[in-house]
Amino acid sequence: MSTKKEWPLWEVFIRSKAGLYHKHAGSLHAADAEMAIENARDVYTRRNEGLSIWVVPSAQVTASDPAEGDMFESAKSKVYRHPTFYDIPDEIGHM
Amino acid sequence: MDDVKKLEAFQAKIDAEIKIEPKDWMPDGYRKTLIRQISQHAHSEIVGMLPEGNWITRAPSLKRKMGLLAKVQDEAGHGLYLYSAAETLGTSRDEMFDQLHTGKAKYSSIFNYPTVSWADIGAIGWLVDGAAIMNQVMLTRASYGPYARAMVRICKEESFHQRQGYEIMMVLAKGTPEQKQMAQDSLNRFWWPSLMMFGPSDAESKHSAQSMAWKIKRKSNDELRQAFVDASIAQIEYLGLELPDPELKWNEERGHYDFGAIDWNEFWKVVKGGGVCNKSRIKARKKAWAEGEWVREAAMAHAEKRAERAAKN
Repeated sequence: MSTKKEWPLWEVFIRSKAGLYHKHAGSLHAADAEMAIENARDVYTRRNEGLSIWVVPSAQVTASDPAEGDMFESAKSKVYRHPTFYDIPDEIGHM
Repeated sequence: MDDVKKLEAFQAKIDAEIKIEPKDWMPDGYRKTLIRQISQHAHSEIVGMLPEGNWITRAPSLKRKMGLLAKVQDEAGHGLYLYSAAETLGTSRDEMFDQLHTGKAKYSSIFNYPTVSWADIGAIGWLVDGAAIMNQVMLTRASYGPYARAMVRICKEESFHQRQGYEIMMVLAKGTPEQKQMAQDSLNRFWWPSLMMFGPSDAESKHSAQSMAWKIKRKSNDELRQAFVDASIAQIEYLGLELPDPELKWNEERGHYDFGAIDWNEFWKVVKGGGVCNKSRIKARKKAWAEGEWVREAAMAHAEKRAERAAKN
């Protein structure tokens, strides 16, 4: 097997139209950021899927650990953070 | 949690249709099965560029050349989506290439058949991509998130492939007697190998049951093959071509077409390396990989040098 160093992996984010967030599209290998942008255009926007591309070295992404099951527990019990928790009579109309 | 509990929790998620994502715990067998399947799927996309690339310079018109070029570019893209999906499971791109080049990993046997006439480009787009779509539509619902997402993207792009192939066949089938014969000859050669693309029959398929339980696949090889036959017959009739299967018959009771026996000896012969193009396909891939090595190295060296310089300033 080749012992040569692989080009680093980049995560690709694409804004599909003005007004929307950049959204994760996938990943690809490239030697540097400029090449990553060019490759992302060819791999992920062959049919006008994007107006703007972000690329981030995958190694730079810090992610939460799904094994830590209680990470999102606290929010689950806080139903009073949702508007439907509060009773407002129908006569009031939309609020 | 011990492994038995983890396994139970994992299967419960699958049963509840919750997708599995890269950092989630998963059994080794699930990971290995996915790496094998996704990488072989990726290899099929990449090797699949060869039989079609063969006709780019000889396409009969500019329209056909543009269509074919775009299709082959798509196949490259599809390979890349899939390699990335496999990498989320902990394998590396180089490792996967190495397995392809050394024959440890397979790719779809259909690409070991030669494309000897222009009609073969039509037959491949129509039948080979058509069969692939049957399989891939199912895989958009696969339990592993990155694989399913890659499949959604691929399926959106594939339907143009099948339509451009069928259009090529339509033009030939309605052309001169020689052109119609060319289309018929291509159908004769690609029909049975297309049916083989779905893999061995359910009874013979060693990975099927577990893959279904893990919801990597949701339909059996035979179910998909039947759906493909059922969908293809009207298309063949419209072309005015003859199906190379004297046993094909509508079965009122089953609500499906019955079709003749598949020559599984041929299938296994080609899988094991005995097809017309097995050797040349791998040779072409290895050559491309070897000849690209200095480019990969130079680009990396250039990037490192620039990064060093930027750090100094």
